[in-house]
Amino acid sequence: MFEEIKTSNDGELVINVGPQHPATHGVLHLLITLNGETITKLEPNLGYIHRSIEKMCESLSYRQFIYSTSRMDYLSSHMNNHACAMIVEKGLQVEIPERAEVIRVLISELTRLASHQLWWGAMAMDLGALSPFFYSFREREVITDIMEETCGARLTMNYIVPGGLMADIHPNFVKRVKDFIIQFNSKIDEYDQLVTGNIIFQNRMKNVGYLSPEDAISYGTTGPVARGSGVSCDIRKLYPYSAYNKVKFEEILETGGDSFARYLVRIKEMKQSISIIEQLIDNIPEGDFQAKTKAVLKLPKGEFYQRVETARGELGVYLVSEGGTTPYRIKFRSPGFSNLSALNHMVKGHKIGDLVAIMGTLDLVIPDIDR
Amino acid sequence: MGNEELIVKLQELFPAASIIQGNDWPEISFESGADFLSTIDVLKSDQTLAFDYLFCETCVDWKTHFTMVYHLDSTRFRHNIVLKYKLDRETPEIDSLSFVYRTSEQHEREIFDLFGIIFKGHPNLKRILLTEDWVGYPLRKDYDDPINMIKL
Repeated sequence: MFEEIKTSNDGELVINVGPQHPATHGVLHLLITLNGETITKLEPNLGYIHRSIEKMCESLSYRQFIYSTSRMDYLSSHMNNHACAMIVEKGLQVEIPERAEVIRVLISELTRLASHQLWWGAMAMDLGALSPFFYSFREREVITDIMEETCGARLTMNYIVPGGLMADIHPNFVKRVKDFIIQFNSKIDEYDQLVTGNIIFQNRMKNVGYLSPEDAISYGTTGPVARGSGVSCDIRKLYPYSAYNKVKFEEILETGGDSFARYLVRIKEMKQSISIIEQLIDNIPEGDFQAKTKAVLKLPKGEFYQRVETARGELGVYLVSEGGTTPYRIKFRSPGFSNLSALNHMVKGHKIGDLVAIMGTLDLVIPDIDR
Repeated sequence: MGNEELIVKLQELFPAASIIQGNDWPEISFESGADFLSTIDVLKSDQTLAFDYLFCETCVDWKTHFTMVYHLDSTRFRHNIVLKYKLDRETPEIDSLSFVYRTSEQHEREIFDLFGIIFKGHPNLKRILLTEDWVGYPLRKDYDDPINMIKL
């Protein structure tokens, strides 16, 4: 593409941000056109980490393809696995045990907490505050330790498989999660004291990157980005799956539409995730953790779609089966890809310094966008 | 609206289309040549349908033809449909939806990149994930990669 820095005839300057830029959190390349310090146009240049997961899945079996999905949005790998496991179960019409459903939700909410913690630390770091990063990683470490004990991995867990779970939870799981909840409950207030009320932080975030509800829907944004504009889009609430209809939680909606609203949505979502975990952790039903499935899975001919709510928004899996052991076509509708498309609209007219604040509240994970 | 009511309503509006109940949602299919933009216009502006949210747009290569698949949701009524449009394999062309749903600007670039579908009226139709000098369209079934390391 046009890599060199250049000036157009009307005095506009085109510069590259990324792909190796610390604030883009990955290999995201943005071409921005500036008039003085004001951004007039932004164009993302994607594909630096494109691995063609959709094409790969066409030659992988229904047990194998789930492993590649952990590598899309690696911060919500459980939810990605969950969507794929559910779509295979939908095709096979397998009922999975109650115990597996509850553990799936527990693990997903822990993942959401870990993802939001990482976002909170990294976003504050983008705005020049380094300490929050260490605060959030202190708590996130506890979650990754719990995951390591139960799932055997810290990032790409592959714990949820078609039919249930890979293994039962570790005997220490319940106690450690309870300890973590007690410890973390007080920490969110600490987060608020440290960052949310900070006047410099608020001045950087308020009235920056406004997205109206109509635009949020039209651009297909989901998750905290859309909910920050007051658009109700929580799949857990609207189209409940797994054990989400058994728990009580609120869908967080903010009407501000600016970066600060999106920030508040994620902070409040952490509290809701804790509440979900608290409701379920003492009520894990006894029984099997896996339903009986055949060694080689064959989905009937047809088309299946499954939506789940990841930490970044709505993940959709569209699967076309021809009756064989591999998918004929599989499409991942990733939340980051659609959220990124609104970025050009949001940064237009803002100063270049605001770009990082706006991009931080989109919570982009580049492998999820490029797939 | 429930799925049954939706099917009745859609049959009234589009007598020429074939409408079936899919696994989750009603599926409405059009043959190539049908007026696509006016269909979308009706689906979006009808007061009882109000499909304002396009949550998935993709394409399937059936070797003899392509099928464009649109998943639509209504944020007001929370009902969904699947819209399918058959495309000729020799000249795969369809109207762009980027002025109706702005999310499709990027999705259509991805489909153009991986399937080679031409979207008429798209403001910036070029490759998005692959490099600009890439030859061929990888997600087509007849695409053969000589250094494919994952083929089993």
